Amino acid sequence: MDVLTPRSLDEALRLKAEHPGAVSIQGGTDVMIALNFDQARPELLLNLNEVVELRGWSRENGTLRLGAGLTYADAMADVVADELPALAEASRTVGSPQIRNRGTIGGNLGTASPAGDALPPLLVERAVVEVASTRGARRVPLQEFLVGVKRNALDDDELILSVLVEPSRQSQTFMKVGPRNAMVIAVCSLAVVVDRERGELRAAFGSAAPVARLVTAAIDEAESFPEQVAGAASPIDDVRGTAAYRRHALRVLTARALERCLA
Amino acid sequence: MSTATRTLRPGHALPSTRRADAAPKVTGEFAYSSDLHAAGMLWGQTVRSPHAHARILGIDVVQARAMPGVHAVLTHEDVPGQKTYGLEFADQPVLAIDRVRYFGEAVAIVAAEEPEQARRAAAAVRVEYEPLEPVTDPEQAAEMAPLHPDRPTMGHGFRDDARPNVVRSMVIRRGDPDAEGDVAVEGVYEIGQQDQAFLGPESGIAIPDGEGGVDIHVATQWLHVDRDQAAPCLALEPEQVRIHLAGVGGAFGGREDLSMQIHAAMLALRTGRPVKIVYNREESFVGHIHRHPARIWAQHRATRDGKLVAVRMRILIDGGAYASSSTAVIANACSFAVGPYAVDNVLVDGLAVYTNNPPCGAMRGFGAVQACFAAEAQMDKLATALEIDSVELRLLNALEPGGMLPTGQVVTGSLPTRDVIRRAAALPVPEPEELPREAIRLPGGAGNTTRGEGVRRGVGFAVGFKNICYSEGFDDYCTARVVLAEDGSAEVHCAAADVGQGVSDVILQVARLELGTDDVTLASGSTARVGSAGSASSSRMTWMAAGAVQTACRAALDERDRSGGAVDVERIYRHPRTYPLDPETGQITDGRAHVALAVAAMRVVAEVDVDLGLTRVVWIGTAQDVGNALNRTAVEGQIEGGTAQGLGLALMEEIQTRDGVIANASFTDYLIPTFLDMPPVVSDLVEEPEPDAPYGVKGVGEPPTVVSTAAIVAALRDATGRELARVPVRPDDIAGL
Ligand SMILES: Cc1cc2nc3c(=O)[nH]c(=O)nc-3n(C[C@H](O)[C@H](O)[C@H](O)COP(=O)(O)OP(=O)(O)OC[C@H]3O[C@@H](n4cnc5c(N)ncnc54)[C@H](O)[C@@H]3O)c2cc1C
Repeated sequence: MDVLTPRSLDEALRLKAEHPGAVSIQGGTDVMIALNFDQARPELLLNLNEVVELRGWSRENGTLRLGAGLTYADAMADVVADELPALAEASRTVGSPQIRNRGTIGGNLGTASPAGDALPPLLVERAVVEVASTRGARRVPLQEFLVGVKRNALDDDELILSVLVEPSRQSQTFMKVGPRNAMVIAVCSLAVVVDRERGELRAAFGSAAPVARLVTAAIDEAESFPEQVAGAASPIDDVRGTAAYRRHALRVLTARALERCLA
Repeated sequence: MSTATRTLRPGHALPSTRRADAAPKVTGEFAYSSDLHAAGMLWGQTVRSPHAHARILGIDVVQARAMPGVHAVLTHEDVPGQKTYGLEFADQPVLAIDRVRYFGEAVAIVAAEEPEQARRAAAAVRVEYEPLEPVTDPEQAAEMAPLHPDRPTMGHGFRDDARPNVVRSMVIRRGDPDAEGDVAVEGVYEIGQQDQAFLGPESGIAIPDGEGGVDIHVATQWLHVDRDQAAPCLALEPEQVRIHLAGVGGAFGGREDLSMQIHAAMLALRTGRPVKIVYNREESFVGHIHRHPARIWAQHRATRDGKLVAVRMRILIDGGAYASSSTAVIANACSFAVGPYAVDNVLVDGLAVYTNNPPCGAMRGFGAVQACFAAEAQMDKLATALEIDSVELRLLNALEPGGMLPTGQVVTGSLPTRDVIRRAAALPVPEPEELPREAIRLPGGAGNTTRGEGVRRGVGFAVGFKNICYSEGFDDYCTARVVLAEDGSAEVHCAAADVGQGVSDVILQVARLELGTDDVTLASGSTARVGSAGSASSSRMTWMAAGAVQTACRAALDERDRSGGAVDVERIYRHPRTYPLDPETGQITDGRAHVALAVAAMRVVAEVDVDLGLTRVVWIGTAQDVGNALNRTAVEGQIEGGTAQGLGLALMEEIQTRDGVIANASFTDYLIPTFLDMPPVVSDLVEEPEPDAPYGVKGVGEPPTVVSTAAIVAALRDATGRELARVPVRPDDIAGL
């Protein structure tokens, strides 16, 4: 196995075009697990850690541009935390300090796990994923980007550049259920925004369907919203929890989230 | 042998905060068995069964043998000697012969230059299986086709039970179990399968000695029993197989049985090269035995004023595919089923069965954990039914010296049950913290699931007890050797496995005290240089090693007084003898069946989010009967660690199987408590010397694990009002789904 380490975005896109089979690696907190467990044996790794254009965040007019290499620790601080509080809350629930220092938003999108904790808070903020290849760039709404269990809309020659969000600045929260109090994969998770400006309730849940899923309703439907969210889920029984519990928990979480956000 | 209890003179005892292995462990410099290296070594890999039960129709190793870097591919045909082994009964094939009986059973072994080559070659071994219906329900095992038609555990003085798949059937009957009380409470309890979850996976290295013998460096709990199992399988004399203790990354019972020892030795002897084997985490889950899952039915009868009249229990434990120590685990579960309470009329009916589930054996608490969970829930139910305070009820029935166990054994040693209960109950419980609070100080923790909604507080109490040392007539001894040099320095040899509990420090502490010098070193444990120490288990190692080292030190000083100059003496220490139980009645046949007992009581405060079923254990206070605490820090460490392990069983730790196949063999899905799950523990050490033990010590490693699961679930019951008859308690159980 060889590792390619491009120093610029152009070089990265060129290498990805030349080697579509190369596996991108950012924090490596998913990729290295797969390698160590012998679940993947790629011939090439494309190490994106030296690509400056992917790091950190920037603001373009009203839009926040979160680089694919933005870590959870980054998302828990400063402007990002102020403008996307649910994402910051979600970031605090991810793994351990080590994982939060290494793991990235781009990696979470790349893995596209139904349990990815960055996904619900980005969904409720109607995030758009910016992807590119040597053929050009395109913008894909996050909802469309997540296509199945650990499958996303990326083509073989494409990289994730960033996530674009126009912060709603509306009251929001994130909650994650796990059978232990830290370092746990979500049994189910939920982000909620009460958007008074648009008169809309938006919820997105994780680990309760093949993909993290967005549910919206008019703001005056708060009473039935918990049921709507639970009803939108298609959970399964697995070693982490039962379908019945996941549905139940979504109901409880939604009610509590609304209470928090409406307070 | 002197039975005088010497007090430890301050100044000679080691300062109790300095563990020799502490700094290297914390800084990452400690060499664990997985860090071993030998020049020219090969890497071993094990081919394992993907089926819980299957016939083996053929094993084709041709392709694997031809792969790059491969030096050997071995199957059962290559086992040089005896084809089966076992801790107590040789019922487990070194490599599967014509049948596999559990998921992950070893079928073939490979040695290659590189680990990756070994893995690939292992994957290329073609095993043709004919899957068979697995026996997975322990309730039905005794009616299914036998997994071991030759009945390896029969005829060892156990009760005759002709049903198939019975490992051991036990009855303890005393008085009139049908005696009526004023009230009766009943319950059915279930305990899931817990894993030891030690962090250092099974690993070691076997080095051929060039003369037909082999040196095995391995993380284990009992060097000599490893040797005695390995040698006949390798067709070698015991002296030709030398076991050396390598750095142990936790054990908790899971290293009592063999893992890679014989396999590495076979590969080393075949290739003439050192062979290292390291399991990965997933493999570790099938590389050792687990805690027995259990189902327990219990009925307690009492008088109106709370005196226990009769206790009846049925205990079923699932031993899995091979016997391991199931016969002793069921005996313990039955012996301690009632708890540390005096009751005249008892019927305990115990059964350990073979199934195709993962094999079970020793784990911290050894049968007493499961029994305590049921018995203490019953005591609480009784307290509720009688409207008596649950601590009062326990005090009223407390078993004390002079009282009688259900086996007819009179408690002769120390057993300060009342004191322990009173002191635990007196520990001040913290006031509820105010809201709002940081998420991590609420149930659900970092998940941010509540700001106080649905949260209820509960307080639980439980008492647990267990034996120390081996029981039922087992010849339990420990050897120590002391070499005094002319210059006054001393070297101590003892094969007691330091599994992280710190027995090395105890040995040095005792030797320095007895020899009156600080110039003492402890040689590394090896079967080549000293006799057996017995197992680092059953809370026995401090007692036994202290006894052996004390005896050897005193003999060495006597010898030097007699002969002058350098001396080298080896001595064996035995605790007072125990005797078997009557197989039909479970009553003692001569003297005691257990040499000594230790009791602990625990008080727990928990907050439960009753809507989401999530828990935060807020505070734990415990009083434990520890005999004489030789090293306070080490004792507290055992109490905290043992409690954390019990908390794991109460709240999250369970090996899940589907048709015998493990579904969560990783630390992603087999969850163990983190820092945020485990509260601080207030430990009150009840020091009452054990008359039969050197320096009055008692083992301290197991009682916290025995009692904590029961105490934590009691707090959850108090908070939720639910029965919670099964551990680990699932969020669904609390939420009532
Ligand atoms: C101990 C532990 C705990 C964890 N806990 C959590 C948790 O609580 N919640 C959670 O959501 N996750 C958790 N994870 C998973 C992981 O940390 C996250 O998914 C993280 O976001 C991955 O980011 P990364 O940068 O490490 O990704 P990597 O491992 O580098 O990559 C992940 C995937 O994304 C692809 N990729 C990365 N960057 C790009 C790019 N720019 N363009 C295209 N594809 C790309 C990779 O090819 C790969 O498929 C945990 C992992 C571990 C090991």
